[in-house]
Amino acid sequence: MASNEYVVRTKGLVKEYTMGDQVLRALNGVDLDIFRGEYISIMGPSGSGKSTLFNAIGGLDKPSNGSVFINDVDMAQLDAQELAYLRCHTIGYIFQTFNLIPVMTALENVTLPTVFAGMSTDDGIERGMELLKIVGLGERFFHKPSELSGGQQQRVAIARALANNPSIVLADEPTGNLDLKTGTEIIHLLKKLNREQGVTVISATHDLKMVDVSDRIVWIRDGRIAKIEERAEIELHIGEMEGEQEELTHP
Amino acid sequence: MSTNINHKDRKIHRQISLPFSKAFQISLESIRIRFWRSLITASGIFLGIAFFVAVRTGMLFPATGSVSTVIAAQNRQLWLSIMALVVCTVGITNAMLMAVTERYKEIGTMKCLGALDSFIVKLFFIESCLLGLIASVAGSLIGWFFVTIIHLLGGEMSHMTTIFWLGSLKLIGFSTLLGTFLTFLATIFPAIRAAQMPPAAALRVEI
Ligand SMILES: Nc1ncnc2c1ncn2[C@@H]1O[C@H](COP(=O)(O)OP(=O)(O)OP(=O)(O)O)[C@@H](O)[C@H]1O
Ligand SMILES: [Mg+2]
Repeated sequence: MASNEYVVRTKGLVKEYTMGDQVLRALNGVDLDIFRGEYISIMGPSGSGKSTLFNAIGGLDKPSNGSVFINDVDMAQLDAQELAYLRCHTIGYIFQTFNLIPVMTALENVTLPTVFAGMSTDDGIERGMELLKIVGLGERFFHKPSELSGGQQQRVAIARALANNPSIVLADEPTGNLDLKTGTEIIHLLKKLNREQGVTVISATHDLKMVDVSDRIVWIRDGRIAKIEERAEIELHIGEMEGEQEELTHP
Repeated sequence: MSTNINHKDRKIHRQISLPFSKAFQISLESIRIRFWRSLITASGIFLGIAFFVAVRTGMLFPATGSVSTVIAAQNRQLWLSIMALVVCTVGITNAMLMAVTERYKEIGTMKCLGALDSFIVKLFFIESCLLGLIASVAGSLIGWFFVTIIHLLGGEMSHMTTIFWLGSLKLIGFSTLLGTFLTFLATIFPAIRAAQMPPAAALRVEI
């Protein structure tokens, strides 16, 4: 499981959004070290900067200041090709809104990243079917996203995220659009992949169900890390969790 | 670890720039898959080009009557064909701008999955050329056909000379190229813009 090798590190991460003459600091100096094989939840009230952090770690947006290191490589040093390579091979993304390509079938969605990785069509299809089986959708590979439930769509998205064997899976509120039961299933699927395949899972979430499976929880507030809790500590005062969330939501 | 990645980089370049044939395949699939949407987009191009060709075909038939009515008719037709060109350009730009805009999210997603900007542009380039070509050929032929039939029914058989046929051929060829080129132009700029956005921004766009 979690080793003591860093897979993601951020140093003094700052992200500012400028709207007219107003400057909004969505991230205000975030230093975060994540170990290989960890399951990390990033929690905090709405607007605290979780998605902004997700975008910065995933190389989906440039930070205004500070650096992100993935496997000890400074992301700012990468050119467009290398960044595309990183997104293709090293990181798998999961979104609250699933973001499947609506006109493609489940299988085509899952094989798309293998196309970008230069895999042959046959190998891609084989890999796609294997992944769809792993997420429990082996039978529904020919369905379009619109013919699948939210939970099933998220399973397809998870399969797609794993297509090129990434070492990191980044998720932004993966259970945000799902009901309690489906959400729990998705969380356990992510945990299973984390345990069995050793992928590092980093998930921004509001979902307290995530606490049970996380190795560490990073609480952020107003663009800063408020505190980081280990699972051991969490289990001690799991009863206080609801209160904790309250406090962070209504400071 | 870093040396490991740097070492891999050398191989990346060939891997990520997909062969043109693969891009062509995806583009064709993309048109086929959203067939009805493509048809609506194409009909914008089709109507514009059909209108333009119809007006220009009418000009291949010499006007009759007194000198002043002929001149007046020629002026009207010239003005009409300029209007037709404007309508056609606006129609195509509108159709293609929509077609790109409604796919910002798809573009952002593809970039998350490892697509290069140039690959996205390549996809839209192929799609626009295919769509533009098909719609323009159809539009030119249909526009030409109806106006010619109307004139034939009006008893202008005598005008069907070699000059007419040559003029028709030139007109259809020109209009097909024009339609394809306009479609390409109207697609490529929004596509480049969309492809260059950071994925986070492209994914945020709601329409
Ligand atoms: N593109 C943008 N332009 C301007 N401001 C932005 C943009 N994206 C985010 N923000 C602002 O940055 C702050 C942090 O937003 P972020 O989306 O990271 O919050 P979050 O923690 O993910 O919230 P939620 O739980 O609601 O998803 C918010 O105040 C938000 O309004
Ligand atoms: Mg968010």
